[in-house]
Amino acid sequence: MKKQKLVLIGNGMAGIRAIEEVLKINPNGFEITIFGSEPYPNYNRIQLSKVLQGGTSVSDITLNEWVWYEDNNIQLYPGESVTSINTKTKRVTTDKGRIESYDQLIIATGSNPFMLPLPGADREGVKAFRNIKDCEEMIEYSKKYKKAAVIGGGLLGLEAARGLLNLGMKVDVIHINDYLMERQLDRTAGKLLQSQLEQQGMNFLLQKNTVEITGRKQVTGLKFSDGSKIKADLVVMAVGIKPNVDLAKAAGIPVNRGIIVNDYLETEVANVFAVGECAEHRGIAYGLVAPLYQQGQVLAKRLCGISDMGYQGSVLSTQLKVSGVDVFSAGQINEDNRTKVFKSYDDYHGVYKKILIEDGKITGAVLFGDTKDGSKLFNFIQKGALIEEYLQSAQDVETEGNVAASMADNELICGCNGVTKGSIVEAIKANNLTTVDQVKGCTNASRSCGGCKSLVSDLLACTIGDQYQADQKEAICSCTTLSRDEVLAEIREKGLTHIREVMNVLEWKTDGCSKCKPALNYYLGMIDPMKYQDEREARYVNERMHANIQKDGTYSVVPRMYGGVTTSEDLRKIADVADKYKVGMIKVTGGQRIDLLGVYKEDLPKIWEELNMPSGSAYSKGLRTVKTCVGENYCRFGTQDSIEMGIRLERKFEGLNTPHKVKMAVSACPRNCAESGIKDVGIVGVEGAWEMYVGGNGGTHLREADLLFKFKTGDELVEMIGAFLQYYRESANYLERTSAWVERLGIDHIREILCDELMVKEYNRRINEALSVVQDPWKEAINNKNLLRDLYQTVKI
Amino acid sequence: MEKTLRSVLIGELGDLPQKLGKTVMIGSKEIAVFKMENGDITAIENRCPHKGGVLAEGILNGEYVFCPMHDWKISVKDGKVQAPDVGCVKSYPVEIIGNQVYILINK
Repeated sequence: MKKQKLVLIGNGMAGIRAIEEVLKINPNGFEITIFGSEPYPNYNRIQLSKVLQGGTSVSDITLNEWVWYEDNNIQLYPGESVTSINTKTKRVTTDKGRIESYDQLIIATGSNPFMLPLPGADREGVKAFRNIKDCEEMIEYSKKYKKAAVIGGGLLGLEAARGLLNLGMKVDVIHINDYLMERQLDRTAGKLLQSQLEQQGMNFLLQKNTVEITGRKQVTGLKFSDGSKIKADLVVMAVGIKPNVDLAKAAGIPVNRGIIVNDYLETEVANVFAVGECAEHRGIAYGLVAPLYQQGQVLAKRLCGISDMGYQGSVLSTQLKVSGVDVFSAGQINEDNRTKVFKSYDDYHGVYKKILIEDGKITGAVLFGDTKDGSKLFNFIQKGALIEEYLQSAQDVETEGNVAASMADNELICGCNGVTKGSIVEAIKANNLTTVDQVKGCTNASRSCGGCKSLVSDLLACTIGDQYQADQKEAICSCTTLSRDEVLAEIREKGLTHIREVMNVLEWKTDGCSKCKPALNYYLGMIDPMKYQDEREARYVNERMHANIQKDGTYSVVPRMYGGVTTSEDLRKIADVADKYKVGMIKVTGGQRIDLLGVYKEDLPKIWEELNMPSGSAYSKGLRTVKTCVGENYCRFGTQDSIEMGIRLERKFEGLNTPHKVKMAVSACPRNCAESGIKDVGIVGVEGAWEMYVGGNGGTHLREADLLFKFKTGDELVEMIGAFLQYYRESANYLERTSAWVERLGIDHIREILCDELMVKEYNRRINEALSVVQDPWKEAINNKNLLRDLYQTVKI
Repeated sequence: MEKTLRSVLIGELGDLPQKLGKTVMIGSKEIAVFKMENGDITAIENRCPHKGGVLAEGILNGEYVFCPMHDWKISVKDGKVQAPDVGCVKSYPVEIIGNQVYILINK
């Protein structure tokens, strides 16, 4: 198949993140071309302030090295800007005259610093703080000049000011509001921050409105609306950013503040997407990293044709990255008449904590001085947790002494990259990681804003230091480090629909093996029986061929005989077929069926057609047979109609997929001629009631079944068997027999679960859904030419 | 000693099942032909060196087939048995001309 041409405009964090997600899902699906105006590979713009502060080089904040582009066969044009997009011919043109066509186009042009249109704004020495070039110019300035003014007391302005201080300049910060970072902090935290930064040497001019940048050619100072003035050799404007939409606008793509996108990051023009700071989703253009990454994931899925919920908007959190100052905020910042507040303030240590609560739920938080709880609170805000949950966890922490240890596995540690505690711990264990940097390299945690580094190091401490925790989970097979439960959770959460997708998205180390592929095939079908397309190439030979392979490559055929009851007519057909195809042997099986052995592969479909009986499923990880005794109609001891019940059960559950084979039996009295005591589900009829035994096994690991319940009526019995089987389907590991499963969960636990009438109804609803799509596989094969050719015909030359 | 190969037409690309093996008999020689997920076609002897299992019916993962009898893992490209088991099955060169698939075998 021809690869689709995917062109990305903008070599920054949002665009590249989307590409990374695409490569995860479908590494070979696209021919990728990237244009970036800056002459660098993708770097971490959030950490620009570190470059400015000195001690960090560009290569230290590079996220994707040049070799990454090569390794992934990406054509990168660094230092080359796209100047126009033609959405009709689907081509882009660059400032170097290059023309590139696309099938899918991603616009990730980010944003531009907002430059106040002040008189004198064009003088030399007026800078923005946005890219590496800006940093380099400021560093040059700091070598020649001493006095800097930063307009804007928000996140970006303070980071720039801190950097300039480090470069040895005197810095005034001019802010229009009466406290700093008013978009992220409340007044108390803003004032605390101010006094901290003043101690570091920053000077603040608050409630000042700049009206002019003075000077001739070169800037000399600022003039304010109240008539006051200051001197400055360098002016940095950090009042905000605006989405860079010029290119899209010129191409006729609808824009508002940003490029308008829907929940799937689609612009209003076909095959054109926008992601990151340049995009406007439900009226919001985000300027922080976490939303950009979430958008990248959604976009990648959309491009790869995987359905999901789409992007639903983001709750924001902020972490200020100025050395020596810890500030965190998330969600709602300022209380109103609907909110209540949980507040603590330690003036002496400079620690302030405010949590906003609405209807008992945490809706926002501001932390100053101690931000260890930041990630946790952010999590609680996102899931709308109750304040009690936080207070309780805070108490637990005090007794346990570790925040990280008290978090649940699915809680986010790194909000930027969506890395949970579980995945970090798992990476630490799987790869024997010992440093925060290794965890970053392995999981992406702390790769962006770095705010979660302390939590990651806590996690390392408690994971490596605690061997008891270290061996709790078992990977499905050596192709992955994920356990069965983790894989199922990911399938459900991400809405994964086929095996290849699971292996790609969950980063399988191989192309699968004979262990994980059949398991994934089962799990996917169990989770969504209505939609899942069974992948027969992932089936073990017997289940793919619907016959049992024998040591010489021939097969055996076992037709269905419900309850072990047959007729002279069926017996005649079996005899005729056996003669005609010269079968090697006719044998009665342990499950009360007739087995035709030594059948050639090519003869299978013909035999099935001539038998005109359903498959006996003698090969399946599913219901095999229901053995019965003669029962009350003939037997002098019989108390119940075991044959009728056996046939009823076999008809209801035939063709069901289960984690491993399921054998059943129905006996009509405790003499148990059908051997119900060693069946996965064994029924024993007693006077006026049915006893239901489960978890028996007559095989390698002999196990006597446990009595689960006793019922007066057959209907109740059948309903409980349905619930039991569905609970087994949903909670057992693939290839775990009911005997091992009952042993693992405990019969009391299973009984407790199935005591709940609502659960029984719900399990029945689900198993009936799974049963509703069952088809007789023999009929299916006979009537499908492609199946016949692909599976049963041998090429002979 | 000089070896000469002859090429045998076994059918069209579309006749081969995706991600599965196909049994091909050339005279008395039984060959397992695989169409891998990436579309590549390979051919190896259809007998596991362990106990003679029919490899064409194994589960194919990437370039490895797992024998349906006792789960030996064998490369469908070069026929090598993978650790911890050892051994090798014969592999045959495959040629695709247009839509048609040929296997090269000794004369």
